[in-house]
Amino acid sequence: MTHNIYLYLAVMAGVTYAIRVLPLTLLRRQIRNRFLRSFLYYVPYITLAVMTFPAIMDATQSPAAGAAALLIGILAAWLGAGLFPVAVLCCATVFLLELFLIP
Amino acid sequence: MNTCNPFLSNKRMLADGMRDGIPIGLGYLAVAFSLGVAARKAGLTAFQGFLASLLNNASAGEYAGFTVIAADAGYLEMALMTLIANARYLLMSCALSQRFSPETPLRHRLFLGFDVTDELFGITIARPGPIQPWYTYGAILIAIPCWSCGTALGVTAGNVLPARAVSALSVALYGMFLAIIIPAARGSRVVAVFVLLSFSASFAAAKLPLISRLSQGTRTILLTVTLSALAAAFFPVSDTSGNGETPSDKKGGRP
Repeated sequence: MTHNIYLYLAVMAGVTYAIRVLPLTLLRRQIRNRFLRSFLYYVPYITLAVMTFPAIMDATQSPAAGAAALLIGILAAWLGAGLFPVAVLCCATVFLLELFLIP
Repeated sequence: MNTCNPFLSNKRMLADGMRDGIPIGLGYLAVAFSLGVAARKAGLTAFQGFLASLLNNASAGEYAGFTVIAADAGYLEMALMTLIANARYLLMSCALSQRFSPETPLRHRLFLGFDVTDELFGITIARPGPIQPWYTYGAILIAIPCWSCGTALGVTAGNVLPARAVSALSVALYGMFLAIIIPAARGSRVVAVFVLLSFSASFAAAKLPLISRLSQGTRTILLTVTLSALAAAFFPVSDTSGNGETPSDKKGGRP
């Protein structure tokens, strides 16, 4: 470990605060640029999707259990389940499958 | 100055905010626990996890930061990664900025800017009239301790829990990510196509010879910027309200 964790945390906190407070303090009008607005609209979904797969298969002891959790999570969210039900279903899927996959 | 509720004192609004903050805080406690499991994997102590959550109040942003720490990548990458993962807060803050009364002192903008999360943004913007800072402060007073203590608990209990339980808990965060992207994908074919494209591109980037040698954080930044720019160029959002309210703002559970 060549980097300092507290310095990492300071960078994280500084950038996060800037993102939140700069629009609040500087912006008194709507963003009119259509490309910029659309870009900001898509970023959260695309970045979360990129971070979810294939990382979910590396998070579990068995990649197959992670993949199953992904499918169950997508299905549950598609059917309208909220944040907690989906999260709990994903956890339960991994726990139950790994009882068999990793004896 | 509160033009919509002139009879409510600041104290009363603080109490209202604390009441509405309780369900949010309970949700945060659970989510922060699984974030703590991720922090432990990245090598953080319980105190460092507590500090990260106290100062950031951002689940995806903190998770992204922990992957940078785990990879021992540079500080610039940390800054870029945090920027990308938290970009949606930029959008929410833009929306909030439109709702401040001109009489509200600058210090309230500075304080409120510390904790713009999906849920707090949601309840703040849902109140009619200009923003009432003391209402949101009430909710923040409940939410932040739950969020930061939950993370510390996750780091600590992650050391005690059996590997089987940690493995199961570690997917909770991805489950919550899915609960945000899938309803949006269901509502918009463009989002659905780009979610599938993101999955495929991310998978390919992790396997392909040259690009897989870049760190996970760098790959996430490159893919997010490229795909979002493509989506914005070919499928610009027609909604002119620009209030930044996305489907994820409707459901509770994570900052």
